[in-house]
Formats: sequence, C-alpha cells, structure tokens
Amino acid sequence: MAVTTDTTAGTGRPPFWRDVKVLRIAAQVLAGVGTVALILYLGRNLTTNLTAANIPTDFEFLKQPAGVNVTGSDFRPSQPISDIILLGIKNTAALSVVGIPLLTILGTLIGIARLSNNWLVRKAATVYVETLRNIPPLLVIIFTNAAVILSLPRMQDAVTPGNLFVISNRFLAIPWATAGDNSGTYLAVLGVGILASIVVWIWRTRNFDATGTPHHRFAWGTATFVLFAIVGFFSLGKPFSLSRPEVIDGRIIEGGYQTVGPYIAVLLALVIYTASHVAEIVRGSIQAVAKGQTEAANALALSSFQRLRFVVLPQAFRIAIPPLINQFLNFTKNTSLSIAIGYAEITLVVFQAIGNAKPAPQLILILMGAYLLFSLTVSFVINLLNRRLQLVTN
Amino acid sequence: MVAGTDTAVVRRESPAVRWAKENLFSNWYNALLTVIFGVLFLWGGFTLLRWVFFRAEWEIVRANLTLFMVGRFPRDELARIWASNYLIAGAIGLMVGASTASAAAAAKEAGLPFVRSRPRDWIQRFWPILLLVAILLQFSRTWTPTVMVLGMVAVGVAARYAGLNLPARVRRYAWLIMLIMLIGAYAALSWFGGVELDGWGGLHLTIFITVAGILLAFPLGLLFALGRRSSLPLVRYLSVTYIEFIRGVPLITLLLMGAFALLFLLPPGTQLGSVARLIVAIMLFTAAYVAENVRGGLQAVPKGQTEAGQALGLPAWKVMRLIVLPQALRAVIPAMVGQFISLFKDTSLLVIVGIVELLQVSSIANSQPEFLGKGLVDVTLPFVALIYWVGSYTMSRESRRLEKKLGVGER
Repeated sequence: MAVTTDTTAGTGRPPFWRDVKVLRIAAQVLAGVGTVALILYLGRNLTTNLTAANIPTDFEFLKQPAGVNVTGSDFRPSQPISDIILLGIKNTAALSVVGIPLLTILGTLIGIARLSNNWLVRKAATVYVETLRNIPPLLVIIFTNAAVILSLPRMQDAVTPGNLFVISNRFLAIPWATAGDNSGTYLAVLGVGILASIVVWIWRTRNFDATGTPHHRFAWGTATFVLFAIVGFFSLGKPFSLSRPEVIDGRIIEGGYQTVGPYIAVLLALVIYTASHVAEIVRGSIQAVAKGQTEAANALALSSFQRLRFVVLPQAFRIAIPPLINQFLNFTKNTSLSIAIGYAEITLVVFQAIGNAKPAPQLILILMGAYLLFSLTVSFVINLLNRRLQLVTN
Repeated sequence: MVAGTDTAVVRRESPAVRWAKENLFSNWYNALLTVIFGVLFLWGGFTLLRWVFFRAEWEIVRANLTLFMVGRFPRDELARIWASNYLIAGAIGLMVGASTASAAAAAKEAGLPFVRSRPRDWIQRFWPILLLVAILLQFSRTWTPTVMVLGMVAVGVAARYAGLNLPARVRRYAWLIMLIMLIGAYAALSWFGGVELDGWGGLHLTIFITVAGILLAFPLGLLFALGRRSSLPLVRYLSVTYIEFIRGVPLITLLLMGAFALLFLLPPGTQLGSVARLIVAIMLFTAAYVAENVRGGLQAVPKGQTEAGQALGLPAWKVMRLIVLPQALRAVIPAMVGQFISLFKDTSLLVIVGIVELLQVSSIANSQPEFLGKGLVDVTLPFVALIYWVGSYTMSRESRRLEKKLGVGER
C-alpha cells in the first residue's frame, strides 16, 4: 500500500486502473453498453420470433376493426381497435374520477372513527380496516359483483324507486340533466357565477383580515353562486330539464345517466377496499400531529369538532398527502382488476384484443404506456402541489 | 357525577360502570352512537354466526378441499406434497431452534438477560393460523390430514430441539442445512418423475409463488436500490427509470406480459412453463418495490457510518457490505414483510391468466355439475377470503412486532 503511493506520488496520478475518474467513467460505460445490449438482444429475439410466427411487428393492426361489442356503449364492432382502446381509457378514467372522492371521504371518516373516544365506534372501525386490508382487492371485486350486483333483479323486473332510479343486475341509471335551448349560455352564466363567488370569497377574506368581523366566506361564496344559478336558470327559460331513466320493454334504458352493473361492482369494491388503507393513513397522520396541538386546542376550549376542523386536520392532511396520492394511484391501477368481471376498461379491452389474435407485445406496450403516462402525470402534478402545501419548517 | 356529591350520597361505581360511562356514554351523541353501533354489532354478529353454523352450505368446500389446497396436483402423487411439507416443517423448526440458541448465546456473552418465548407466546402470535388449520382439518373427510399435520408439528418441534442443541460450530452452518432441506422439499415435489410447476395449484402454489417471488426479487431489488443511491449518474438514471416504470404500471400488465409476450422476448425455442413465466413477471414487478424498501433502509443509516468506514481506509464496496448494508437490511425487514403480504394477496391476480390458484378453484368448484347454478360463490369466496385474511393478518402483526423489536421508525 505504502509503496504504491510512493511511486505514484511523483506523477501526481495513480495508474489508470485505480484512478477514480477513469473507473467512474468505465463503470458507467459498462452499465450503459450492458443495458443497450440487453435491449437490442430482447428486441432482436422479439422481431425474429414474431416474424417466425407470422405476427406483424408494427402498429398497423390498430386500424383493423375491433370486432367486439361493448355492453352499455354504442361502440360498433366495425370501429378500429384504436377506438376501443380510447374507450377503455375513458372507462378507466370514469372509475377513477368518481371513485377517488368517494374513497377519500369514506377513508377519512373511518380513520377518524378509529380514534373516536367511543369504544364501540373505535372497535367497529378497527374491524372494518383489519378485515378489508387483509384480503385481496380482486376477491372483494368478484364477491361484490356476485353477492351484490348479480343478486339484483333482472332487467325485466328492474326496481325503479320514485321513478328516479333504475336498479337491475345489468344496467343501473340515475336521473340526469338534458340540455335544451340556451344551455350553452347557461353554462357560461354558471362560469361567471363561479368567478363572482371567488371574488366575494376574496373580498370577505380581506374584510376579515382588515376588520376582524367574521368572514363567513364559504356561506357568502355559495350564496353568490346559487344566486347566479337560480336567476340564470329562470331568466334563460329553463335551459336544462330533468331526464328520468325509463326501462323500455325490459331490455334497454332510455334517458337519465346509465351505467353497467360491473362498473358499480368495481367502484363499490375498490372504494371500500382502498378506504381501509386511506383510513390507516388518516389515523397515522392525525396521530403524527404533535400532542401539544390538541392540548392547546383544548386549553382554548374549542369543541371537539372545532379542534379537528381548525387545528388537527389541516396539519394532518399535510402529512397525509404523499401517501394518499399513492393510494389514489393504487386505486387507478387496481381498476385494471375489472377484467375479472367484465367492465370494459383499458386492460379488459387489450386482453380481448389479445384473445382475438392481435399482436400481444405491442398491445401490452400500449397498455403499460397508458398507465405509465397517467401515473407520471399525477406524480408530477402532485409533486408541484406538495411543494406548495408542505409546512415550512426551520 | 356532580349530582352524586350534591346529595352527599357516595355512590360507589364499579370499574366496569365507570369504564362504560367514560367510553360509551360520555355525552348524548356518544350514547346515540353506542346504541347504533351496538345494534349493528349484535345484528352483524348474529347474522354471521347464523350463516356460518346454519345457513352456509359448506358441502362445496368439503367436497373440494383437496382442490383448494393443491389444485390439480395429481392425486396419486400427493405423498410428494406431504414429504415436502415434512422437510419444510423440519427446516423451519431447525431455523427457529438455531436462531434462538445463537440469540441466547449472544445475550449471554453480552451479559444481558434472555427471555425465551414460551408456547403461550407462540399461540398468542399465531392463533389465526392455528385456527385456520383446525378449520381446514375439520373440513376433511378422512383422518389422514390430521395425523399428517400432527406429524409435521412433531417433526418441527423435534427439529427445533435439535437446533437448540447443535454444537456452536455446527450451528453456524444451520442455514446451509436449512437451504438443503428446502431444496429437498422442492426436489421431492418435482424431481425424480415428479410434478412440473404447471401441474401445481391451490393454496400450495399460492404460497410457493409468494416465497419464490420474494426470494428471486430480493437480489434484483437490492441491485436497483444500490443503483439508485449510486454516485454514477448513468447507473442512477437507469435504476430510477426501471423502478418508476414498474411502479407506474399495475401488476396485471406484467402478468399479461409474462403470459403472452415473454416467450417472444427470449431466444427462439426457449421452453418455459406458464407458471415459471409468471414467476419471472412477478419477480420483475416485486424487485422495483423491494428496491424502494431497501432504499428507505439505506437512507436510514446515518452518513457518519459511511464516513467512519472510509476513515478506516475501507474500499467503497467493503463499507457497503460490512457497515451500511447490515444496518440497512435490518431496518428493512418489516417493510419486506409488508411486501410479502401484498405479494401474497396479489397472487390472486393469477386467476386472470388461467393459473389454478384459490380464486380459480372457487370458480371451478362452482361449475361442477352438483354445485352449478346454486350461487355457492357466496360460500367459496368467503372461505378463500378467510385463508388470505389469516395469512395477511398474522404476517402484518408479525411485521409490527418486528418493527417494535428492531426499533424501526422510532424517533
């Protein structure tokens, strides 16, 4: 050791095989070349195998007709595969957009219930969390579909409570709004209403900051918006009317907003499953808020609602945001399990196409790409948001 | 309470009453909640018990118990499964015994007290599994499984005793003996004219895939974790790309890849069974999550440890192997158990690509002529759920116990 240092001391540099700079570059070149070689090797195998099996290696097949029907949509079998993939993405989004708010609310309630000072409520929440967290989501989905959705009455005997809803084991529907005359103008009025309520909100906040009189900004803002909505609705001559769903000869539903049974099954199952994870995050975050905060709130004689609303939850949610987003992403990824009960989201659509002898490697690449794009976009947006929301310490 | 002092009557409350007042009836809405949830609990418990003992038709489980346990494993080869289970029981017993003995020896050397766990502790820790085994055995129509399981317990206890009393010199190689026994367990199943992986099924396959998946994913995950923490930019980017790619897609996409596309990526003419291909897919998937867990462990090791190693003149890889990794991996154990649990639950996804695992068995049983159209999914699915629940719940409690024991996450 000592001898080596002595000999290199004169030149100022060690021999190249011990020179850190050279070694670092060599290691990186090795890693890079290795990775590229692996990818090239796999790619060559892929093209060789596909050509040998007479499977196309390009993406031309996307223009071929899909040749399948999709329950509950007006998709025609003659439409190209690219269209059905887009429909699948839309259906995945339909699950996420509705499911994420629902599971957040349910999970938060259960998470708070786990810390309730009522022993029974606490135990009930614990039973819920410990039961659902420890069984596979796929099982929850299949069970919900079999035990809840498939046990509903058939389309012929569909239940229609108050002529507002249609409940059957194939289709479900809720009342929806249908656009009439001036509907575009009305939407514009609603937009102005939102802007006005934001202005009112800011005005009330400023007023509060300046004078200290209670701001009631939420009530004021809502009132402004409702005012715009009602005045606009009647002055424009009722631009929207309520459309009630109706069952036509026990086969199809007309009017309202309708969806298929599997959609509700997946939504319900994944919401109650993911809520158990969210509940644990909420509980952990609340417990992570320093105990002195709760004690301070109690010392100020805040009610338990005020303590949660104004002191504990705002701090807890900052802690909870990163793991919560992770759960939202998990929810979206888990919607792929719809494949087991036949809801036409992107994974099922791709699976069907593979079953129809369309090239699997390309289709799976598209599938992965779609999920990846979604995950990366969400992570990117959330990272930006998170940086703004985090408490500034030090 | 104030009223009691006013009237100067000292009412002696029993602790139970006081507890109820504090925890159930502290104010009017708590009392209301108590009533609502009390009714809910009573009703739920009653319905559940009535269903379990009177309503549910367990015949479908009784008739298909073997199918649930081992899938379509050839019935005249079942002796192989028992043989391998005996070897596994022996290996686990030996490992438990040997590690208890070495922990006791280490404690003695350090002059610390050592509390050996008693049978009661084991029952407390593993009661769900004991319960499940009892339930499974009462479903059996013959006494063979009961006798065999008792035999396995006996072998496990004997092996533990042997492990406790191994001479210290041999004890160091206990892991090697265990490894050989585990390889023997696999050999008993599929070598010497045995059953290939594709013939396995049921709970047996589920457990095998979970264990194999974690064991295979660990080295790869460790590599990616080190890559992500590397000071070489290219290595770091490659690792990050892999990890984020895998974490961004659902497992089912990788399973589809394993089932339908993996063979296209391998040299022409490669023979790889479908279960083996799916294990590869699971390994690639789990490795990314393992990498993130290990990265967490690496970050938890204070920087001073690395610097101390460098100050001693150790080369970088030795600092990693002798100083950082032992501390990091210890901290990672609870997270790895968590990974094991989620992989255990995720094996249910294999039903989609046609593997005979528990959910598949449930639908096979329901399509048998004598059970077809009776809607007995309501019986088989809760049964499968119970199996998953017992496994996950026990392991998650073990994970929490380890976390406390190792002092992970304490500030």
